[in-house]
Amino acid sequence: MSDDYKITVTDREGVEHVLDAIEGWRVMEIIRDHGLPIKAECGGACACATCHVYVDEAWLKKLHEPRDEEIDMLDEAFLVEDNSRLSCQIIFTPELNGLRVTLAPEG
Amino acid sequence: MMDCMPKDVMTAVSTDVIIIGAGPVGLFAVFELGLLDMKCHLVDILDKPGGQCAELYPEKPIYDIPGLPVVTGQELTDRLLEQCRPFAPQFHLNQMAEKLERTPDGKWRLETDIGTVLEAPVVVIAAGGGSFVPKKPPIPGIEEYEGKSVFYAVRKMEQFRGRNIVIAGGGDSALDWTLNLEPLADRIALVHRRDEFRAAPDSVNKMRALVADGKLDLHIAQIAGLKGQDGQLEAVTLKGPDGTYDLACDTLLAFYGLTMKLGPVANWGLNLHENLIPVDTEKFETSEPGIFAIGDINWYPGKLKLILSGFHEAALMAQQAFRYVKPGEKLRFQYTTSSTSLQKKLGVA
Repeated sequence: MSDDYKITVTDREGVEHVLDAIEGWRVMEIIRDHGLPIKAECGGACACATCHVYVDEAWLKKLHEPRDEEIDMLDEAFLVEDNSRLSCQIIFTPELNGLRVTLAPEG
Repeated sequence: MMDCMPKDVMTAVSTDVIIIGAGPVGLFAVFELGLLDMKCHLVDILDKPGGQCAELYPEKPIYDIPGLPVVTGQELTDRLLEQCRPFAPQFHLNQMAEKLERTPDGKWRLETDIGTVLEAPVVVIAAGGGSFVPKKPPIPGIEEYEGKSVFYAVRKMEQFRGRNIVIAGGGDSALDWTLNLEPLADRIALVHRRDEFRAAPDSVNKMRALVADGKLDLHIAQIAGLKGQDGQLEAVTLKGPDGTYDLACDTLLAFYGLTMKLGPVANWGLNLHENLIPVDTEKFETSEPGIFAIGDINWYPGKLKLILSGFHEAALMAQQAFRYVKPGEKLRFQYTTSSTSLQKKLGVA
């Protein structure tokens, strides 16, 4: 049951939100659907870097490697760290149940 | 006689409808308004029509345009331009719609940031997510430096002669301005987060050659802070793989791409709802008679931000716009399939 899947998102004020996650959705879509402040201007086309998140270190290795397109696009994000990802490029799967991410500052 | 008139009155261009935003919905509005014999001028901050479709995802496929099972952002833009071409829309690109006010004779007068002045009885705001403006590094206090020693665009190269410049970014803008300003500047340091650049390979090669010749400094780092006073930059704080350090400079040029902001529309006295413009669902008119809002920028109960919703809104808006532009004339609704007068306008009959 998809009802059982959750992700935890920390907003820019440091407040944690536990969100229902749906298999096959992009993590960006899950965050946006819950009304948290994520611009995601290009709607998931990996073309704007406004869905930048920091992934909890414990979860980093469980994600697929970013494609070149995502790494290139991160050049337009700010304060990029080793655990920076574009959340539109992370598709939620049951293996990611419990994933923790933090919204990055906006430019 | 003429020279005693204020400059803006002399230069104002009169038209039927001013459309703010040349994205897909603005372009289709030209078509719908054109069928009803209304002429349009469009204003857009980008250097080309197409809005998000052309700027953000020209190569990405869109799957939910009726009748087009798959179309890229650029193809859709090209098709819409072709469709509205019979109505000869006038484009005012590379400028931001800045001021909107009523004229004494009840029309609307729009002024852009580079001084274009348009007058019309109807204004259609089809501005999507707002204006595309440069992304600004989220550094507290950066505003104080903007326009004095921190810039997001180069208007006049001469302004940067003899300056000690830090250029931040790894795309074409950052590389192009590094190459163009290098002969003028006292010194340039290029700052980028990784030792790979997505800019055109030729520019990257030229940049690397300048570094090899000792004419350009390259820092693999990110901007973490600014130091200076009264808006005059003295150094940027950089965070690299080996830690944080200061780099002396008097100018920062930051090129991190574009983002969308509502911008001056917020100051036009329209009712707003969470940065969107509420409209009725019959005419898509705002709280000001004669000002309409269509596409992603409007809000009404049940609103879906889809291109196809914007097309529908454009068609209904045009019906009411007709009443402002041609008061006293009877609006006769016709189909393009059967009306020879519409077909003549489209150049097919």
